[in-house]
Amino acid sequence: MSITQFLFYFLTVLALFSAVMVVVSKNPVHSVLWLIAVFFAISGHYILLNAQFLAIVNLIVYAGAIMVLFLFVIMLMNLNASTEPQKNNWLKLAGVIAGGCFLMVLVSLVKQANELNNIAVTMGTGEIGLIKNLGKALFNDFVVPFEISSVLFLSAMVGAVVIGKKA
Amino acid sequence: MPIQYYIYLCLALFSIGIVGVLTRRNAIIVFMCIELMLNAVNLLLVAFSKVHNTMALAGDKTSMIGIEAQLFVFFIMVVAAAEVSVGLAIIVMMYRNVHSVDINFLNRLKN
Repeated sequence: MSITQFLFYFLTVLALFSAVMVVVSKNPVHSVLWLIAVFFAISGHYILLNAQFLAIVNLIVYAGAIMVLFLFVIMLMNLNASTEPQKNNWLKLAGVIAGGCFLMVLVSLVKQANELNNIAVTMGTGEIGLIKNLGKALFNDFVVPFEISSVLFLSAMVGAVVIGKKA
Repeated sequence: MPIQYYIYLCLALFSIGIVGVLTRRNAIIVFMCIELMLNAVNLLLVAFSKVHNTMALAGDKTSMIGIEAQLFVFFIMVVAAAEVSVGLAIIVMMYRNVHSVDINFLNRLKN
């Protein structure tokens, strides 16, 4: 088994285990920390896929900014395992069965798609993930969406302030 | 690495996110599971972009085909950041009104 294969399996197991722990943790702070582990595993996958810029952005924006925001809110509300609202067990079981059925249907769909059989992801090649090439594409072909996203951020900021203001 | 492995990984992450949304009542955890689903989609987009680019590289050594998917991922992250800021503000407002983050209290919205 080559080193990239080993890394792929390691990151996959890490991502899936951490994702399950996000859902089953009783304490919301633990959920946030496990979610950060998921984001690190996904960033590792990005690096394996030669998307270096996205890997760094994922760490900075998600694991850095968004998760700190979540932690702030959780600690502001002083949530912990004892204040955690619980659904009854039948509803939990129904949720797991529904999610499992969804997964089963889609996996069987992918298994039957013969078109995917000879497509392999080759790791360690390609330069589209480099910041130079992404920047060229972003500021040539995607300038309008980029500018619109700045308006989106402005409206999100105004919206957050208006909602968060004491009414 | 066959592309199926990436598809299975992303489907599993997405399903775990769905199970989290369906089984938890804490609004913040539901929100985190939505982030998990967004990330599963992002990973799949990057994997497909890689496959597409590798195929194009066979014909043209300097091909930039597939770069759009990575920019889509970038924009998804932008939208997710905006969504989180507004969503957490709504959750904080809800906590100030009902002193709980239980999403079952949100059924009061229907009156």
